[in-house]
Parts: sequence; C-alpha cells; structure tokens
Amino acid sequence: MTANEPSTRRAASGEGDAVVMRGVSKWYGDFRVLTDIDLNVRRGERVVICGPSGSGKSTLIRCINRLEEHQQGEIIVDGVELTRDLRSIDRVRREVGMVFQQFNLFPHLTVLENCVLAPMRVRGASRRAAEEQAQALLARVRIPEQAGKYPGQLSGGQQQRVAIARALCMNPRIMLFDEPTSALDPEMVKEVLDVMVELAGDGMTMLCVTHEMGFARRIADRVIFMDGGQIIEQAEPETFFTAPKHARTRAFLSQVLGDQ
Amino acid sequence: MTTTPSTPANQPPAHGALARPPQQAPGLIQGLRSLVATPLNALLTVLALAIAWFLLRPAIEFLFIDAVWSGHDRAACLAGEAGGETGACWPYIARRLGYFIYGQYPEAQRWRPNAAMALCALNIGWALWPRAPFRGAALFSFVLPFPVIAWILLYGPGFSGLVAVPSNLWGGVLVTLVISIVGIVVSLPLGVLLALGRRSQMPVVCAASTVFIEVMRGVPLLAVLFMANRMLPLFLPPGVLPDPLVRVMVGVSLFAAAGMAEVIRGGLQALPKGQYEAAAALGLGYWQMMFTVILPQALTLVIPGIVNTFISLFKDTTLVTVVGIFDLLTTIDVSSRDPAWATPVTASTGYAFAAIFYFICCYAMSRYSAAMERRLAAAGSRS
Ligand SMILES: Nc1ncnc2c1ncn2[C@@H]1O[C@H](COP(=O)(O)OP(=O)(O)OP(=O)(O)O)[C@@H](O)[C@H]1O
Ligand SMILES: [Mg+2]
Repeated sequence: MTANEPSTRRAASGEGDAVVMRGVSKWYGDFRVLTDIDLNVRRGERVVICGPSGSGKSTLIRCINRLEEHQQGEIIVDGVELTRDLRSIDRVRREVGMVFQQFNLFPHLTVLENCVLAPMRVRGASRRAAEEQAQALLARVRIPEQAGKYPGQLSGGQQQRVAIARALCMNPRIMLFDEPTSALDPEMVKEVLDVMVELAGDGMTMLCVTHEMGFARRIADRVIFMDGGQIIEQAEPETFFTAPKHARTRAFLSQVLGDQ
Repeated sequence: MTTTPSTPANQPPAHGALARPPQQAPGLIQGLRSLVATPLNALLTVLALAIAWFLLRPAIEFLFIDAVWSGHDRAACLAGEAGGETGACWPYIARRLGYFIYGQYPEAQRWRPNAAMALCALNIGWALWPRAPFRGAALFSFVLPFPVIAWILLYGPGFSGLVAVPSNLWGGVLVTLVISIVGIVVSLPLGVLLALGRRSQMPVVCAASTVFIEVMRGVPLLAVLFMANRMLPLFLPPGVLPDPLVRVMVGVSLFAAAGMAEVIRGGLQALPKGQYEAAAALGLGYWQMMFTVILPQALTLVIPGIVNTFISLFKDTTLVTVVGIFDLLTTIDVSSRDPAWATPVTASTGYAFAAIFYFICCYAMSRYSAAMERRLAAAGSRS
C-alpha cells in the first residue's frame, strides 16, 4: 500500500483492511440472497468460504468486484467504497483479480494475448513490458510453453492456470476465486491447487470459494461457513474443522468430508 | 508371458497395423456409387438429371448455342436461320456496355469512374486478402479516405478542377456499386452501434435503438426509399436538398443497418455471460470490452448472417429505380426499349446479362465468407 495514494474515501475503521463489508444485503427481486453480511479481510489474509449450494457464496465474492450490485450496507475494497460511481468500480476492479469456475478465457486470443490484454488496455503498459511479465507469470503457473496456443487447445487444468496468470498480470492486491477447481477432472485439480498454494505462500490476499477442504486446512487463515445468505460461522481452520459450533456447520462438514 | 523375439506369431500385432482404417474407395467413386446404391436412389438420380436437362438445355441453347455473337445493329438478332427466334443477342450487350456500366456519365470523363473503381478494387483486395500487411489500415482507408477520393473523382466538386458530373448522369454498374458499397460501409458500424444500443442499460439509448430497428424492419424497403426521397428534405433546413442519389443511399444504409443490428445482436446474445464478466473483472471499460473481447467473437459468430445482409442489400439496390435512380437493371430496362435494338430477344438478353452480373457478385461474397469461416475455424480460435 503506497502512502501517496490519491485522496479516496477511507473507511473510518478498518483502515488497513483489504475488504470491509458492513451490513451488506442483496436481493434478487423478492429473494434475499445475502443477509446482513459483516466481513473484514485483513491484508495478506487467506479466507476460504464454503457452504451448501445456493447459500450465496458466489454472490458474496462477486459483490466485492461489483459483478453484482448490493442494495444495502457498504463494501470497501482496498480503501475504496463501492458505489454507483463508475470510477470507484474501475478502481476496485483494477486491484481485484478474479478466477472463475468456467475459466472464462477469451477463446479468440492466444494465451499470451489473454494475459497482456488488460495490462496494456487498462494499465497502459507497453507491449514489451506486458509480455515479459506475462511470460514470467506463465512460467510461475508452470505453462510457459503454451503462450502461443489458443485456450481451446489446452486442458482444463492448463486453462485454469492461464486464468490465474491472466488475473495476476494486473498485479492485483486481492484475488477472488469462485470454485476454481469444480469444473476440472480430478487429476487436474492438484495442478491448480498447487499454484494457489504457492500464491498463498507469497502473501496474496485471497478470498476463495471452494469445497476442497484439504486445501482450506492447508492455506486458510480463516474458514467461513455460509448458509441461506448468512455467515453462520467463521474460525481458524483448526477450530473450524475439529470443533464446529453450529449444527448446520457440522452437518455440512460431515457431508463434504464424508465424500472424500 | 516371456517375450521371445524369435516367435513373433505370439505377439500382438504392432500398434500401427491396428490403427490403420480399413481400405476405402476414393471419394468420387464412393459418391457415384451412392447415386445408384438403392432403386430409390437410382430413381431420384434419373429424375434429377431429367429436371436438370429440361432446365439447363434451354438456358444453354439461349446463352450459347443459338446466341448471336457478332453484328452491328438489330438486324443481326432479328431472326434465326430457320426464321425462328435467335438466342441471346450479345452484340447488343457489347454495343451498350458503356451505358450499362456508366449510364450517361460523359464519355470523355469515364476515366474517373474507372479510376474510382480501380481504387475500390485495390482497397477491397488489400482489406480482404488474409496475408496482406496493415489490413487495419486498409479497412480504415476504405471507410474514410477512399469514399472522399471517390466522391471527388466521380462528382468533381468545384475545388477539384474537374468537370462537375451531376449524379443524375451517373448510372448502371457505377450506381449499383456506389449505393451497395456505401450501404455496406455504413450499415456494418451503424448496425453494431444499434445492436449495442438495444442491449444498453441506458433506457433512452435502448428505447431509441429499439424503436429505430423495429420501424425500419417493419417497413418495406420500397417505402423507406419513398420516404427518404420525399421526407428527408422535411427534416433538413429549408434550401438544403441533398442529391437524390444521396437520399437513396441514406435510405438503403439505414434499412440495411436495422437488419444488420438484429444479426449482430444475435451474436452478442450467443456469447456466454462469462466473457462479459471476465472482461469486466479485469477492469476493461465498456468500449474496451466491446472492441477487444465481445465484438471480435460476436461478429465472427454471425459472419454468415452479415454476408447474407450484404447480399440482400446488393440485390435490393435494384429497387432504387422507383425513385428515378438509374442502377444497372434500370439502364438495361431502358435500353432494351431503344428502337435501334428492338428485337424479340433484346430484353431477355439484357436480363440474362443482369442475372449473370448479380449472381457473380453475390456468389463471390458468399464464397469469401465461407472461406473466411473456414480460416477462422482452422485457426483453432474456437474451442
Ligand atoms: N441472477 C439471479 N437471479 C435470481 N436468483 C439468483 C441469481 N443468481 C443467483 N441466484 C440465486 O441466489 C442464490 C445464491 O446463489 P449463488 O450462486 O451465490 O450460490 P452459491 O453459494 O455460489 O452456490 P453454488 O455452490 O451452487 O455455486 C441461489 O439460490 C440462486 O438460485
Ligand atoms: Mg457459486
């Protein structure tokens, strides 16, 4: 965090926090998807969000980069409050990377072009600088040799690693992951998780929706359990997995851990 | 099992031997065989051949076998050897070709349309040839500098030092191409804007685009042409009366743009939502997202529809005759009534010539789009 950031609205409290959500609610029509969400994520913190299908996990993290609009409460990301103001949205999206379940690579662009697009257009980087950085990040996700290929020519695991590299190319301060391994064949899950573990080790602020409980146990600073649009329980992974307080958490855990 | 190289009979066959597909007859022979594979196939084949014979034979006779190939006036085409009608009267086309191509454009000035058409051909070739350098620049030049140069060349405004040739003297292929090319160049970008407008979050933009598209689509082109001719002047300050040719170009372009907008909207809707979300999540702004991520994919998806709109537009230019513009078909129609060439086959020959011209142009567009689709598919850009 550089000290000479242009004057932005800072939250009164939680100055140093990467993400602050206070009393956030969201409706789809009459259906309340999120109810009074309070959540602070410190810089460098790794948060794993889990919960049954339809509990609002995706909606929650998509509110953080304004892919979804919240109707109540406030969300402050990297010191910028998300409002209708397009400039606040642009600023936040620049600093927040996102990885989707379905990869969402741009199929008409090569891997390298996928990676340099946003740095060049949004950050105004030169092609050379952007390509150098992209190559370095592709090497970091262990697919430097695929730079010239099109996404359709890669395996699912490779595509997801490209998607991670593409997000990292913007030098985000916060990374959001929405079930990054759910669309992958089992043998490819590990290669993606390995990359994410490495990223966590580098001190990236991460919010990750996942059902990979082994991964959560390994890298999370905090595990959040959601159900019915609410945060039911949150704790350090040790406590969360060994001594869950709520009955619903226990039911959920027995289900997902039983599957493994 | 111990593998002893001395007993190859025990070993499974080499991998390659199994992988080879069974021997197949070559494609042509296969195709021919399928024509008569069953009695029904054979019957259908015979039927198709018979129909082709009945349809093609008269056409071939008219266009080639019975056709008159030389002569100076109508006498050559008046009667065939046996006293019956002749086939196509090609001398008529040859003699009136200048009129068909340029209309009444003064003969001494015809180098100007020639130069404009040559420039146009060069520019199109540059823009469409896959391996040409700077294709983006070619597109740009076709949309901006080229139309200006062509207009100066053809029209000869005061400052150019050329003899002014008012557009009521233009005609034939020249007018058909001018209207079509302007229509194509205007309708694609305008169609993109309208399609984006119709999907816009801004209520005013969305409503305006929707109303425009629906009105244009709900009205026949003939009515649009009449309206452009009569009503356009009403919207402009008094005293400003655009050239009649400009009026029909506006009408044709707006009409085609509405059709184009719907084709492109189909492409925009076919893209998965994830593409929009990924672009937004990377921080791309609306126009950056559209130009780098969405439109390249959406337009590629609907190339057949776009080319189809171009082809319709090209053929529909024949309707401008109703507002007194001399396009190719009109020049042919008018000259076929010229007493100097009055024969029983003059009109048919003229229409055959028009049909061949329109077919060649439309078929070329269709083939180009097919080739482009194949190239894009082969590029592996589709997953
Ligand atoms: N665009 C939408 N319109 C209406 N309802 C929606 C919309 N998107 C999601 N929902 C509903 O909101 C609820 C929460 O959805 P969300 O995608 O956040 O769940 P999730 O926890 O991510 O589930 P999953 O594990 O299946 O991905 C679900 O009940 C869903 O049906
Ligand atoms: Mg989800």
